[in-house]
Amino acid sequence: MRHDHLISAKQLSRGDIEGVLDRAAEIAADPGAFAEAHPDTLLGLLFFEPSTRTKMSFGAAMKRLGGGTIDMGSVDSSSVQKGESLADTVRVIEGYADALVLRHPSEGSAKLASEFVDVPVINAGDGAGQHPTQTLLDLHTIRENAGLDDLTIGIVGDLKYGRTVHSLAHALTNFGATQHFISPESLRLPRGVRYDLREAGAEVREHADIEAVVDRLDVLYVTRIQRERFPDENEYRQVAGEYRVDVDLLESAAPGLTVMHPLPRVDEIAPEVDETDHATYFEQAHNGVPVRMALLDQIL
Amino acid sequence: MTDTELRVSKIESGTVIDHIAGGQALNVLAILGIDGTSGEEVSVGMNVPSDRLGRKDIVKVEGRELSQDEVDVLSLIAPAATINIVREFEVADKRRVTRPDTVGGVLSCPNANCITTESEPVDSRFDVLEEGVRCAYCGTIVRESIASYIGTA
Ligand SMILES: [Zn+2]
Repeated sequence: MRHDHLISAKQLSRGDIEGVLDRAAEIAADPGAFAEAHPDTLLGLLFFEPSTRTKMSFGAAMKRLGGGTIDMGSVDSSSVQKGESLADTVRVIEGYADALVLRHPSEGSAKLASEFVDVPVINAGDGAGQHPTQTLLDLHTIRENAGLDDLTIGIVGDLKYGRTVHSLAHALTNFGATQHFISPESLRLPRGVRYDLREAGAEVREHADIEAVVDRLDVLYVTRIQRERFPDENEYRQVAGEYRVDVDLLESAAPGLTVMHPLPRVDEIAPEVDETDHATYFEQAHNGVPVRMALLDQIL
Repeated sequence: MTDTELRVSKIESGTVIDHIAGGQALNVLAILGIDGTSGEEVSVGMNVPSDRLGRKDIVKVEGRELSQDEVDVLSLIAPAATINIVREFEVADKRRVTRPDTVGGVLSCPNANCITTESEPVDSRFDVLEEGVRCAYCGTIVRESIASYIGTA
């Protein structure tokens, strides 16, 4: 792949993606073979928002390649609290690390950071923007379970602010997937994402109900609808109830349907679904380590 | 000289921006960063009759020649504008408005959660699309009332 930075899924060609996924499969098959692949390499973790799994999985990936991590710590305890700009923070920390992993609450933050440093910047989530490494592990999970060719996927939930959705939808255009976007009216895909999908030749099929499409899906990708996106509790409760995935809903699904979720989930998927063969979200989360190992191995 | 041109005083040297869509003159000044504080002599004609546009605005700026980059930024709000550079009361040069690929530091991003709206050492940057403009950082697309985003946040 050899990009200097990984900012957006828009950068990734089909060949780039397959390169990472092939390497991830090799790593998953024999992790020990890569244990000394990047000794003396330090990965800088800059998480301006709380994150447990993304940060831990980057940390685990780097250590399993023989390297180490340095961590900015939480925002409260860092100099950011004192009003330092992101541009200054990354210029200081690039002197300590061989690559930077950035999570930040503002859209465009990873791109801005990449303009100020020479080490590779990996976007681990920029506000409601992009989350390309989540997409790589999502694609790995889809490839292992449903296959990436002739895929029909339904993406449901908060499509407006969901950065995992924005990245995944774009990456899937490389594989000609049939994508159905299911959300309440107020949380439909933003204009910029629609524009990119159409530019990439994809058709944007939108629905208000999961029931309308669930029977024809290979993959159902569920995302969280957050309380703070709604003016009042009642409206939120109603919408959250409508988009809840449970065993009743899945009765009309194909037996081989793969249900995914970037986690953490709250109420979007009923716990009873965990016991079905559809549930793939924990496997998906575990794929974070080999996929991030593969990515780091290619970038560093 | 036509009646229309007489309504706005002749300038000795500077720039005449003609064929601005009616009502956009103040936005043209704003996008060029001309607010009167640096002492330029500026005349503005608004909603004067025009064969081509029905009603048009004209802006004359004494003592300042617009660069091609400045002229190109006008394409966002006044694509039909014609620009004459005047020296010693004569038209010395005509500039055409062409669409630039990007505009930097002119518009502020309407997305309050965009990194460019925070105190970072960068200018805003927008890619110019077939229709509208797009923030190069957060990807927000602006198609309507672009003029209302003139100015840095
Ligand atoms: Zn922006």
